[in-house]
Amino acid sequence: MTTTLTPPRPARAARTSRTAAVAVLKTETRLFRREPAGLFWIMVFPTVLLVVLGSIPGFRDPDKALGGIRFVDAYVPVAVLLSMIMAGLQAMPPVITGYRERGILRRMSATPVRPSALLGAQMGLHGAAALISALLSLTVGRLAFHVALPHQLFGYALGLLLAVLSALALGALVSALSRTSKVANAIGSAVFFPMMFSAGVWLPVQAMPDTLGRIVELLPFGAAAQALNEAAAGSWPGWDHLGILALWTVLLSAAATRWFRWE
Amino acid sequence: MAIIEVTGVRKAYGRRPAVDGVSFAVEEGEIFGILGPNGAGKTTTVECIEGLRVPDAGVIRVAGHDPVADHDEVTRILGAQLQESELQPKLTVREALALYAAFYPNPADWRPLAERLGLGEKLNTRFAKLSGGQKQRLFIALALIGNPRVVVLDELTTGLDPRARRDTWALIEDVRRSGVTVLLVTHFMEEAQRLCDRVAVIDKGRIAALDTPSGLIRRAAGSTVISFTPSAPLDDIALTELPQAAAVEEKHGRVTIHGTDETVNAVITLLARHHITAHQLRVSEATLDDAFLDLTEASA
Ligand SMILES: Nc1ncnc2c1ncn2[C@@H]1O[C@H](COP(=O)(O)OP(=O)(O)OP(=O)(O)O)[C@@H](O)[C@H]1O
Ligand SMILES: [Mg+2]
Repeated sequence: MTTTLTPPRPARAARTSRTAAVAVLKTETRLFRREPAGLFWIMVFPTVLLVVLGSIPGFRDPDKALGGIRFVDAYVPVAVLLSMIMAGLQAMPPVITGYRERGILRRMSATPVRPSALLGAQMGLHGAAALISALLSLTVGRLAFHVALPHQLFGYALGLLLAVLSALALGALVSALSRTSKVANAIGSAVFFPMMFSAGVWLPVQAMPDTLGRIVELLPFGAAAQALNEAAAGSWPGWDHLGILALWTVLLSAAATRWFRWE
Repeated sequence: MAIIEVTGVRKAYGRRPAVDGVSFAVEEGEIFGILGPNGAGKTTTVECIEGLRVPDAGVIRVAGHDPVADHDEVTRILGAQLQESELQPKLTVREALALYAAFYPNPADWRPLAERLGLGEKLNTRFAKLSGGQKQRLFIALALIGNPRVVVLDELTTGLDPRARRDTWALIEDVRRSGVTVLLVTHFMEEAQRLCDRVAVIDKGRIAALDTPSGLIRRAAGSTVISFTPSAPLDDIALTELPQAAAVEEKHGRVTIHGTDETVNAVITLLARHHITAHQLRVSEATLDDAFLDLTEASA
């Protein structure tokens, strides 16, 4: 063997896998846009809820229970977190479980592309949709109800990022533990309501009674809510809240990775 | 040179072995068939070759690569059509073809491939809206889209109408002519007989026979089938004692005897001796179907 016509393989393989990952992401984006129900709950519903509640006159007056801010001010972070819960916990797990259940991940294992590209794309898309929805809630809050934009912008952004990661990790764990998309729906809903509660959908965390508030702050979205509230008010979010959020993200991701089955 | 080498492969689900020491080699450029009853271990065997399952024991090489350890290398040269799989329900045929084409370093042009498989009119149809046969055709296209050196097709034409089946056979013959090796699992004897250079019959996780299709037929007992309608009842004539008559049956006045060339002469002599005329006498080669039943009968 003196001459071979094979081009340097690693380079070519790397180029193909990059093209492939882009192709997977593009395709999954198209499919994502074909799910109007999912898009509604993630991108529209949280802001609609904010607008509906903000239209109630009493919610636009300063509230002592909330430390002097208006209910609508306190509700912007709630709407932001709600979009993350919708994306990570309600929308994503049935998709991923369905991909496994239908053998779509398996079919992809028979190609040079790892099926993890599909999961990565799904997590990326749901995360991005939640963040866009968060921006929408902030914008509408500002324009319709004069809710001030977060004063501590970087702290707020960090809180958002950690919150979205923990939502995706939680969703990934639900997908890992569910054999079928029906089970994923069931487990998702069971976790969904406590998570909504801890994010403050019924009662903002600042307004919760002391003990309850303490407990809720230990949950990922309770901690996220407090981090966002602090950043919105202008201080750097407390490291305890950020730390709890980060810890949840790490634990949930580790558990999801540990228990995830490809078929 | 053997492009697929399977040596002593075993795979059990729980305690029950599904594949129990299977060995064979597929030569480059060959169409190699795998036949066998339901649950014989055919899919398990080919999925080990595709690297989707890890054998408990044994060695598999595809062009010298281990399908599990060198999974990336093997997937680049091996195209697979799985017995059961689906795609994203809302993915259109066009998107599926373009997506899978992007996975391979030197993909085939998917447009002519889609035309060839009769999917030209269905490019904008979503996967969930395709008929069973159309889904099957799409998966055949996806198996070929990477310009593979080896294609593994698990129940290639199941669910296809007779014309699509024939078109697909012609496609597979063309693919082979271009130098591609084909490993084919099938339940259709006609398909095996027409396409395959060699066939392995797997039964209960083991290879029961491995030969050319005509070799398998010749090997099976009763490879010549004689049938006729006798002019008078045969009650007293001992047909079963004819040389090498493997089976004799009589139904609605028509007699069918499985035997060899020798049996033919013996039958005619015997009938002549009893002054019986054989109306509508037919002598035919047994089919692969007969051979299959014969080879897997004892254990089934
Ligand atoms: N994932 C699995 N888990 C447990 N048992 C399995 C699994 N897959 C296959 N089996 C068992 O292994 C045996 C062989 O199955 P396999 O799918 O290889 O058969 P096959 O020859 O392809 O059959 P068919 O013609 O019906 O497709 C069967 O008895 C089946 O029940
Ligand atoms: Mg099978």
